[in-house]
Amino acid sequence: MMASSSHSSPRFTQLILHISHILHINHIQQVDLLQFITCGSVDDGKSTLIGRLLYDSDAVSLDVLAALEAQNRTSAAGTVDLALLTDGLRAEREQGITIDVAHKYFTTPRRKFIITDTPGHVQYTRNMVTGASNADLAIVLVDARQGVVEQTRRHSIVAALLGIRRFVLAVNKIDLVDYSEQTFRDIVADYAAVAAQLGIRQVVSIPLSALNGDNVVRASAHLPWYQGPNLLEHLETVDVSREATTDAARLQVQYVIRPQTAELPDYRGYAGRIQSGVYRPGDRVLVLPAGLETTLAAIEINQQAVPVAVAPQGVVLRLTDDVDVSRGDTIVPLAQAPEPTRELEATLCWMVEQPLRPGRKLLVQHHAAKTRAVVQAIVAKTNIQTLEQQPAAEAQLNDIVRVRLKTALPLVADTYLQNRTTGAFILLDEQTGATLAAGLIEQTTLPAPELVL
Amino acid sequence: MPTLPRLDYLDRLEAEAIHILREVAGQFQRPALLFSGGKDSIALVRLAQKAFRPGRFPFPLVHIDTGHNFPEVLQFRDQLAAELGEQLIVRRVEDTIRQRGLREPGGKFPSRNALQTYTLLDTIEEFGFDACIGGARRDEEKARAKERIFSVRDEFGQWDPRRQRPELWNIYNGQIQPGENVRVFPISNWTELDVWNYIQREQIELPSIYFAHERRCVVLPSGQLLALTEHLSLDATDELTTRQVRFRTVGDSTCTAAVESDAATLEAIIDDILQAKVSERGATRLDDRISETGMEDRKRNGYF
Repeated sequence: MMASSSHSSPRFTQLILHISHILHINHIQQVDLLQFITCGSVDDGKSTLIGRLLYDSDAVSLDVLAALEAQNRTSAAGTVDLALLTDGLRAEREQGITIDVAHKYFTTPRRKFIITDTPGHVQYTRNMVTGASNADLAIVLVDARQGVVEQTRRHSIVAALLGIRRFVLAVNKIDLVDYSEQTFRDIVADYAAVAAQLGIRQVVSIPLSALNGDNVVRASAHLPWYQGPNLLEHLETVDVSREATTDAARLQVQYVIRPQTAELPDYRGYAGRIQSGVYRPGDRVLVLPAGLETTLAAIEINQQAVPVAVAPQGVVLRLTDDVDVSRGDTIVPLAQAPEPTRELEATLCWMVEQPLRPGRKLLVQHHAAKTRAVVQAIVAKTNIQTLEQQPAAEAQLNDIVRVRLKTALPLVADTYLQNRTTGAFILLDEQTGATLAAGLIEQTTLPAPELVL
Repeated sequence: MPTLPRLDYLDRLEAEAIHILREVAGQFQRPALLFSGGKDSIALVRLAQKAFRPGRFPFPLVHIDTGHNFPEVLQFRDQLAAELGEQLIVRRVEDTIRQRGLREPGGKFPSRNALQTYTLLDTIEEFGFDACIGGARRDEEKARAKERIFSVRDEFGQWDPRRQRPELWNIYNGQIQPGENVRVFPISNWTELDVWNYIQREQIELPSIYFAHERRCVVLPSGQLLALTEHLSLDATDELTTRQVRFRTVGDSTCTAAVESDAATLEAIIDDILQAKVSERGATRLDDRISETGMEDRKRNGYF
């Protein structure tokens, strides 16, 4: 995993100046944000790939390289181990593994990128779920010599489950199979079968060598048969519009602003972040779960009234009527209101050693809303290799199970398929507060139990 | 129908930070905002204004004062707190040293960065703070890259990287037990450049030491420049010089190096940063160089 550290080629200097001009304040409005995860098994070269992206886009600075070189004295002079750029903790460097989710950042003239690097070890699947929960895109890395392996499948299942729709199949170490087009095509075909089973429609496959830099930020002379974009080109241009403004409008109140000053004795503003959709002053709205009907008197951003606001903006809503609203309540346009529910069916990723058994009481945190709940039943466990649903008496660490939950207070929620924000929750331990599970809502209205005659 | 607003990346980072600040207000009884007078904490103050005005901040500003500050920064701090009309709590490392009988670090450059931890933990205990908001960013250092946005600490303020809670979606778990507290980092996902771009977009005022000025400096063997202050104990052999410099961070003046620059405006600073080849902490912090795991060790012990 070595790369030359001579770092001042004309291309880099040019790139920097280019960014410098483009990123000038007048152009910042053009820059958007892409958050992606990288997944693959141990030794697929994930950390090297991230190191290569950072290194070739000049996000790594001289002192960081110097520190890496100092750690790497045993290697050939003038080379650095790119993987060390992401392995931040002492144990990770000592053991040569990545323990925890790490975040890295780089910016090009088109986009700011947030990379979530998730460990490949089986025992750290919970980190993969964590990383995937916030990602717009997943890079699935395979070693060209190994092809699609168990872990590839497992990671793709988790990424698809968490709602990622855009995938890159990065066929790494293509240099080690003599840049073989046939090997690449075979792997692409194998992965297409996995993707089809998971309902993944958008897969862009790219042959590359993270170590040598082939096809990462520049095209490779070794791959004349490949006509597609290199990795960075694709990341810069892939469509990331995520908040469809046609989604139902959702906002949970996080905090009530009440200045109670001489100038503003009666001001009440409901502060929250628009989770999806569009809000406009004058909208008839419901405050849920209570079901109180009122009108949006104003939407304020930074104390200015605005004519329209969209996800994910943070806003303050003012209501025409003096109704009772507190943290965790949802304010939605009348026509788009969901039915509050106390019974849910959800998919959980169980994240702690202590197993989950039916009857367990815990806390549900649904963003700003928090309530006690009981796991009424474990409906099934997903076999992460075959996707089959199997009966299960309990859920163990890293298991993905389908459960039925009953909550003490009604939740105002959607299914995860409908809404990646309001369809998500976490489960907490009542005593320690530890995060026990990630929850994805499958059904908010459960069919009535069959009548036993 | 008005057209829908198009959000750029700064709008998204801002919305995320405001959301996090409001979660702190909603989830905790006694939060505090740690305010150093540096650009990151000044940006946090602007974000807090956007999150909570026309109401008051639901937390005081707390400054852990090393006693090795640049006077311009202290003046700026007091003026900003007065303009905001918000409560400012200052606790001094000097007092902690006296009360606890701690030893001042010796040597030529007696940084109090490590001692700050004691004062911070004492202050948390004194006021019963259950959440402390800070301006740390993940791009600063590789141990920070593994930090959560809501980072739970035990009663000794310690960070255990292996016991961190998974942080899913944008759901922030602030459920803690008595004695525990949470460090919250709303601008975790911002880089140095993002902060400067935001400062420029929002036209946020900063202490003057961020802009190029002439200063008497000591030249360190590494070639770095350190402001000449009464806290340094110099030898006759130390090289002194007057240079045109600015600071990229404002920490303990005995371990915060200056960079040579003639950037006198925000535009010029942003240009400087885009062309800089040395990362922010590397250019300016002497204490991380002590060992490869300097930051990780300090964080485990309760440092920010």
